[in-house]
Amino acid sequence: MTVQDVSIIGVGMHPWGKWGRNFVEYGVAAIRDAITDAGIDYRDIQFVAGADTMRNGYPGYVAGATFAQAMGWTGIPVTSAYGACASGVMAIEAARQRIMAGLCDVALVVGADTTPKGFLAPAKGERGDDPDWLRFRLLGATNPTYFGLYARRRMDVFGATEEDFAAVKVKNARHGLGNPYARYRKEYTVEDVMASPIVADPLRLLHICATSDGGAAMIIASNEWAAAHGHADAVRIKGVSTVTPTFPNTVIEMPNFSTDSAAGLDVPPRTFKQAIGDAAYAQAGIGPDDVDVAEVYDLSAALELDWYEDLGFCDPGGAEKLLRDGETTFGGRIVVNPSGGLACFGEAVPAQAIAQVCELTWQLRGQATGRQAEGASVGITANQGLFGHGSSVVVAKP
Amino acid sequence: MTRTRVPAIEGWFTLDEEPRLIGTRCSESGTVFFPPETTMSRAPGHATSTLEPVELSRTGTLWSYTNAGYQPPDPYIPVTDPYEPFFIAAVELAAEKMVVLGQVVAGVPATQLRVGAQMELVLDTLYSDDDNDYLMWKWQPIGWTSNAPEESGATGERTDAA
Repeated sequence: MTVQDVSIIGVGMHPWGKWGRNFVEYGVAAIRDAITDAGIDYRDIQFVAGADTMRNGYPGYVAGATFAQAMGWTGIPVTSAYGACASGVMAIEAARQRIMAGLCDVALVVGADTTPKGFLAPAKGERGDDPDWLRFRLLGATNPTYFGLYARRRMDVFGATEEDFAAVKVKNARHGLGNPYARYRKEYTVEDVMASPIVADPLRLLHICATSDGGAAMIIASNEWAAAHGHADAVRIKGVSTVTPTFPNTVIEMPNFSTDSAAGLDVPPRTFKQAIGDAAYAQAGIGPDDVDVAEVYDLSAALELDWYEDLGFCDPGGAEKLLRDGETTFGGRIVVNPSGGLACFGEAVPAQAIAQVCELTWQLRGQATGRQAEGASVGITANQGLFGHGSSVVVAKP
Repeated sequence: MTRTRVPAIEGWFTLDEEPRLIGTRCSESGTVFFPPETTMSRAPGHATSTLEPVELSRTGTLWSYTNAGYQPPDPYIPVTDPYEPFFIAAVELAAEKMVVLGQVVAGVPATQLRVGAQMELVLDTLYSDDDNDYLMWKWQPIGWTSNAPEESGATGERTDAA
């Protein structure tokens, strides 16, 4: 499979926080920064792909149109994408495909969110046929419930410790200290983390990411259009993965009550999370050994360790050693979450997968002041959305 | 006044003293669906297969576990005031080759929970109103009884060094 790459000519973000304003404000701020970064005029943009938010009423469901209207209608087509935490990558993919098909030269991708305090909860009403509603009613299972199950499994199968999970938080907190877009810029010690209250045993409050307000935007273009507008050396999108699980999926996933049953069937050789990275690598024509920098979804600190293995940075059970050896911080083999990750941001659902690519773009340009992975030329993002949404993007210098 | 014992959800488990989860089996592939799938088999290539009701294994192996340290949001219905944390178990059923979640019955201490522990399905009241006790399946270590000496419950504070 030969896949044409596309150029990232502009990126922008609104700082993450708990600002309590309309999500459209954050998205517009990010768009204006991305346009300035690209040195173009909004009227140059030929397509808008918006990542949806489910917590902000109708404007959130039609994010593409919401932002096209907010920027001033120019008559261009729009799309709105939803894939839970993977919404951002679905918007990126919609815009990329439009360019690859020759239907447009330059497109805007944007996502933004305003989130309430506390656990993410299901939609309201008596909805007895919705597994996402039923898991709260019948099991009391929140999102951290699933993170806790994975974390405990790592401890009992691979010998991970609560201190390892704390060390991930400590690392990411240090990475994000100087990131102007991060919500939490505070150094933590392992002791601080271990002193925070338990949310989902063995995970504590400081192991688990918060929910945040924030916005991220990217301008992507065909390489020809980019070169003609002064961006011949732009960072390229080399691969995008939006894969789903393969039946039978034998790992318990949010919001399900059970895994699929493997009775009578062959189990897929690669798990869903492994398949997410596989597809992005395959499109890009690279492998894990080529990666210098990664932004992965640390919804919990323990999940970051799962990603090391699922993305092939080490064998299963090797993540704790990679972490303890300092291979995933500055100066190590693969710098993971140089932005500070979700530990420093908190999740702004539709913006987060886009923000991951924005960060890698700054990393590959050498513009990540105070958090630069030296000499990085290839990066990968990874993320997974509720209900079976894979999300991964490979970016590289041209 | 006696409250009526009713399932918290219809058709997912039997109300026997030794309850069973009710799933459906794809007649062609043998794979099992729980919660019960009634529309069509989701095993790729078996869309024309019939789905037959099947009772799942009552016992299994603890795949992992966690607790709810904070009260879950609505539509979770709190049963104690103040809130008391509870454990949630993921139990692997050998014959069905699948993992099923469930709350752990109240009072089981953390020291009884280990990946690999043998667990069994029981019925317990999830919540009540004036008329009904709403029953739900829960997991407990095989042979565990609530008469055991008092130990800390699902606070998540593990005092063992293992």
